[in-house]
Amino acid sequence: MSLVQVEDLSVRYGARTALSRVSLRIEPSEIVTIVGPNGSGKTSLLRAIIGAIKPFQGRVVQASSLKIGYVPQKLHIDETLPITVSRFLKLTGGVTAADIDYALTQAGVPALEKAQLSQLSGGQFQRVLLARALIAKPDLLLLDEATQGLDQRGSASFYQQIETVRRNTGCAVLMISHELHVVMSASDRVICLNGHICCEGTPAVVASAPEYRELFGTGTGGALALYRHEHDHSHQHGDHPHDHNGTAN
Amino acid sequence: MLDDFMIRAALAGIGVAVAAAPLGCFVVWRRMAYFGDATAHAAILGVALSLAFSMSIFIGTLVVALLMALTVSVLSGRGYAMDTLLGVLAHSALAFGLVAVSFISGVRIDLMAYLFGDILAVSRGDLVMIWGGAALVVALISWRWSALLTSTMNEDLAHASGIDPKREQLVLTLALAITVAFAIKVVGVLLIAAMLIIPAAAARPLSKTPEGMAFVAGIIGALSVVIGLRAAYVFDTPAGPSIVCVAALTFLTLSVIKGFRSLV
Repeated sequence: MSLVQVEDLSVRYGARTALSRVSLRIEPSEIVTIVGPNGSGKTSLLRAIIGAIKPFQGRVVQASSLKIGYVPQKLHIDETLPITVSRFLKLTGGVTAADIDYALTQAGVPALEKAQLSQLSGGQFQRVLLARALIAKPDLLLLDEATQGLDQRGSASFYQQIETVRRNTGCAVLMISHELHVVMSASDRVICLNGHICCEGTPAVVASAPEYRELFGTGTGGALALYRHEHDHSHQHGDHPHDHNGTAN
Repeated sequence: MLDDFMIRAALAGIGVAVAAAPLGCFVVWRRMAYFGDATAHAAILGVALSLAFSMSIFIGTLVVALLMALTVSVLSGRGYAMDTLLGVLAHSALAFGLVAVSFISGVRIDLMAYLFGDILAVSRGDLVMIWGGAALVVALISWRWSALLTSTMNEDLAHASGIDPKREQLVLTLALAITVAFAIKVVGVLLIAAMLIIPAAAARPLSKTPEGMAFVAGIIGALSVVIGLRAAYVFDTPAGPSIVCVAALTFLTLSVIKGFRSLV
């Protein structure tokens, strides 16, 4: 049984279509990464899965009693709100000191309970958000550009932590990322999104897919300039055949 | 004991401070200061309507404050920047209220009492109303505390934990309307927002947790009431504004101390 099943999902904001007829499934214990340019509907997809936006068409089916841990893109804590890490983690309710210990250790920031949230470094903050997502022992972890604002080393170690978490807890992970090469090595499956699903498969398959290359270039330095980034391409019917404008190869 | 008007005034003021503390913290954290203003200013329209239809002022202001707060919630995020929208609504509600009051003939109304409060004229019945309202607001906020905090921090985080941020916003809106309705008698429509924001802001440097901040805000609010009333008695100044002055001076003092500490 899939943890989450997205069926023929379309999302609209007024007249603008953010997502059009997206279908996908998340299976237990797999790491799935969504890549796509800005405005490709990645965040809309995640928000539809947690129920923060209503689908215009189609539906999202969650497995019964599915527990979701969500790590938001960024969380701005107002300077006027005093809160310690441990109080923040307790907000979910029914949390013991042992739970907090466990979650902080899993997230790679043990013994941070007493720190004020507003005093944490960017990397620590993201890990505390990860700890909060882990504290309810979720079956599915959702991460929305969780490493924004971290340097490359910081985000690489953050994603290593995600792999460790999956290994230790067996939870599935669905994440959005810009940092393709960093994320890809950790993913079982990559979905390339641009309003619709362009292509999907193992990291190697997606990285060599023409649809992916058209959106992102080859990523192998130098060759990037050869590709014209034409993001408003259209697919004629369903997945194939593709009708991409401005093909470069 | 309740025969003494100063005792009744102090009890009324403390009642308002107790309810305003946790609510005021959320107003500060969510940057809703203007929202509180708009709701309070609209209450003068409620006063006019209550007098016109000779119903209880508490009910009249409660209904109008609630309508105002709901209007703002619905209109927010629809084209205008929030501060513009609230600026328009707050001041037009006040203006319409003042005009409406002038239409009421027959009754001689002391407008100042509604604008700045009339804490020294608080009756035993008023006390029951104020403490009942305060208990209701504190109960409401304590009940939703964690959900309110989560949706204040991040709406998507709330959604993912099965909390509806819109519903929590509604809880705050309701609490705000109730507070406005019972606080008019004490500080008046112009200074209600001050009782919400100033003690909470003053409590910030002394607090490490959200609960701590609400608690300290309550203490600061209650002390401001007691000291402000005493000052009003000694210097023969208006009571409501004196209370707000004490709260403001407390805020100033604590901020300066904090500033010095961070320098050293």
